[in-house]
Amino acid sequence: MTARIGVVTFPGSLDDRDTQRAIRLAGAEPVALWHKDKDLKQVDAVVLPGGFSYGDYLRAGAISRFSPVMETVIEQAKAGLPVLGICNGFQVLTEAHLLPGGMLGNDHLHFICRDQKLRVENADTAWTADYTAGQEIHIPLKNMDGRYVADQYTLDKLEGEGRVAFRYLDFNPNGSLNDIAGITNEAGNVVGLMPHPEHAVEPLIGSGRTDGLPFFTSILKKLVNA
Amino acid sequence: MSRTPLDTVEHAAATPDVELPWAELGLKKDEYERVVEILGRRPTGAELAMYSVMWSEHCSYKSSKVHLRQFGEKAPQSDALLVGIGENAGVVDVGQGYAVTFKVESHNHPSYVEPYQGAATGVGGIVRDIIAMGARPVAVVDPLRFGAADHPDTKRVLPGVVAGIGGYGNCLGLPNIGGEVVFDACYQGNPLVNAGAIGVMRHEDIHLAKASGAGNKVILYGARTGGDGIGGASILASETFDDAKPSKRPAVQVGDPFQEKLLIECTLEAFAEKLVVGIQDLGAAGLSCATSELASNGSGGMRVTLDDVPLRDSTLSPEEILMSESQERMCAVVEPEKVGRFLEICEKWDVIATVIGEVTDGDRLEIYWHGGKIVDVDPRTVAHEGPVYERPYARPAWQDALQADDGNKLPRPATSDELKDQVRKLVGSPNQASKKWITSQYDHFVQGNTVLAQPEDSGMIRIDEETGLGVAIATDGNGRYAKLDPYTGAQLALAEAYRNVATTGAKPLAVSDCLNFGSPEDPAVMWQFAEAVRGLADACQQLGTPVTGGNVSLYNQTGEAAIHPTPVVAVLGVIDDVARRTPVAFQEEGQLLYLLGDTREEFSGSAWSQVIHDHLGGLPPAVDLERERLLAEILISASRDGMIDSAHDLSDGGLVQAVVESALLGGKGARLVVPDGLDAFTFLFSESAGRAVVAVPRSEELRFNDMCGARGLPATRIGVVDGDSVELQGEFALPLEELRELHEAPIPALLA
Repeated sequence: MTARIGVVTFPGSLDDRDTQRAIRLAGAEPVALWHKDKDLKQVDAVVLPGGFSYGDYLRAGAISRFSPVMETVIEQAKAGLPVLGICNGFQVLTEAHLLPGGMLGNDHLHFICRDQKLRVENADTAWTADYTAGQEIHIPLKNMDGRYVADQYTLDKLEGEGRVAFRYLDFNPNGSLNDIAGITNEAGNVVGLMPHPEHAVEPLIGSGRTDGLPFFTSILKKLVNA
Repeated sequence: MSRTPLDTVEHAAATPDVELPWAELGLKKDEYERVVEILGRRPTGAELAMYSVMWSEHCSYKSSKVHLRQFGEKAPQSDALLVGIGENAGVVDVGQGYAVTFKVESHNHPSYVEPYQGAATGVGGIVRDIIAMGARPVAVVDPLRFGAADHPDTKRVLPGVVAGIGGYGNCLGLPNIGGEVVFDACYQGNPLVNAGAIGVMRHEDIHLAKASGAGNKVILYGARTGGDGIGGASILASETFDDAKPSKRPAVQVGDPFQEKLLIECTLEAFAEKLVVGIQDLGAAGLSCATSELASNGSGGMRVTLDDVPLRDSTLSPEEILMSESQERMCAVVEPEKVGRFLEICEKWDVIATVIGEVTDGDRLEIYWHGGKIVDVDPRTVAHEGPVYERPYARPAWQDALQADDGNKLPRPATSDELKDQVRKLVGSPNQASKKWITSQYDHFVQGNTVLAQPEDSGMIRIDEETGLGVAIATDGNGRYAKLDPYTGAQLALAEAYRNVATTGAKPLAVSDCLNFGSPEDPAVMWQFAEAVRGLADACQQLGTPVTGGNVSLYNQTGEAAIHPTPVVAVLGVIDDVARRTPVAFQEEGQLLYLLGDTREEFSGSAWSQVIHDHLGGLPPAVDLERERLLAEILISASRDGMIDSAHDLSDGGLVQAVVESALLGGKGARLVVPDGLDAFTFLFSESAGRAVVAVPRSEELRFNDMCGARGLPATRIGVVDGDSVELQGEFALPLEELRELHEAPIPALLA
């Protein structure tokens, strides 16, 4: 048996097909979900992919959080459904208050696309169990609004509870506070990050590394063993 | 309320003496008289609007047509060509049932006026051309040329252009995999912003721009029509910039990439359900172009009710609606019983779609407004039978003196220290420096199929996950060479792009071009254009790579000063399995470096002559197309059979530039030895064409040498991948760290 992992397509989603491919390569079954549809088709987990969900002319993710599909995602995430937000998906998760803080424009004011070095800080979440804490990985990063910000209380709480899941190493590409690249909720079922693990799943393609595959094998093992 | 009666066809016939502003719309007197002759009466305002935009240089190719014919007349026999020149974009068979469409276009003038929107809408336009062929766009490339890197205006134009390309392309989800950035003072007031795109489809999905089948509906879908870009085609793209005239800002369109993304998805979904008979995108000349081209390419006529066009601004006149270049719009011809489903798909993607007319069994294009007929024309006279000019051309008087000013006679470095210093200057010069600051603003990962992206010799995209089938694209063009000799310069552009595709392991198949020149009204410029087209057509014939389409951009000129003639050539290639691709970066220490091809003393027009002496004169490097073909065959075979692990084409900056790039990308140095028969300077800086440097694993050396020997390609061992510096034995060593700083620092320092 395998797990069914939903990938939401918002009208401006760009990496939805890539995410489906990564799920398939990990051995799970990708299920396409549509933003206008509240039905999650009984998937075992959901990925909110990268892109510019509704054009993001307003704050990134600000409109998507009100879409019909997000009503159900928010409700079920609170009940324990594993949800991963990648880039725009991370922005949507913060706008939906499933994760704390928010994203501002990169401090250098340019779009940036690079193969980014990260440290895995928390390998106990639903999406990171196949990594080891402290592991250094390279995952492609590409965004305009990637600067993670939160108030000091929230930052202290995230750090204190070990909820910073990924941190930028060597180079902070956007001015994120505490070099934060990704975070998890308290329960560890909701994870968001700016870099794109779905672009690091095949040798030769994209960055040419497969450092992103453990995201998808982590969730598969968790669901299959559950 | 205006009391002026609607200028209908009937009204025009009854009021022959009404003066129309044909000159303001960019028509010449004899062109206007020709319109009157065609119609047998004066045109209505709406008809005049259509003829003026469609007969503009930009849309009608009136100055270039007589020369461009050679691309068809000299087209080599090629089984690969499925759709040739004349459609929205050419289509090439790449095997396994796949077809690829690709094209390069210019958005030069708008990008100078408003860099961000000009460049952004350039991407939008070329992508719609690709969708209009039935293909899913899979990648974009952007060949760019700017004024001097340290000129203050370059800092205004370049960051805006780059942000616009990124802002639009990134939002569409198209990986940006190639292109070039070149600086030269000749582009100061006329930057060249060329944009290319590739799309993939199955053979059976090819769509054409034609309206057939009486009763079929004409559907306009996408953005509402606004006042932006009115007259853009006729006035903006077809006249020289002149300080004395008022600002042309309102003629530049504003892009909405999110809308374009929706347009891509809903168009592809409609294609997948076979709902579309014919399709055309709305770019230059907007509805005038789309209706007249669809109608003239089909079997019938067309009737359009302009009142049904959804407007952003309800005060627009019918003439303005016909001329508007509002972005993100397309026009489809759909059978009546499929209209419902087509509209449903548009609604799913929240795209506005409206039936604005239908195909008739006549042969006229008729357009109505408020119940009156305001256009009644033979659409062919609008779309295809525009004026054709045999512009006078003449080899400029200064050409001889320019060619006599030989770059080979420039003072050369006398000592090892001088040689080393010139290497440092070269790799740190704006044209040779790393463009990472620019390309990192483009997404090259999206879609998950990017195998190679800049700074590789060509971009490469996987198109089939099962078999690994892929396509490669490279764009090249050296305006300095073309200035010295436009015929040879155009051939060198083709040779370089062809070589770049082969260097990555792909087989070159077909060509698209973007021909950027000054004013065609200047006989010297026209001669450059004629020579470049002749050179390119001859070379395409010899290399067996047909020109599938392209674009001409004239009037890249401020006052008397024209840009260097700049033919930009894109070559598309195919590779059976992307796992066999060859990267630029050195892979392993100990591998042997071989120089393929012949190195001669060729410094005229070179990067060295520009960087060290600020000189342009002499004759460009010689072209040997048979040698290019042999080199390509060797590179492809060596890649397929695993005989080389990295390869880099030699072009601007010569061998030293190529070795430094391979070393920096691989993080591994090189020890070089000057081969017998060459001096160190010529070895490092010559720009002889038909050459590449490859890294051969020791286990493959014998086999590789045998292959080159048997095929008659000179292959000279010049060193080894080793250490953490680039060293020329007995001359100098430059540490990689120093080279990296020299190579990567200049562009951010100048432009960030």
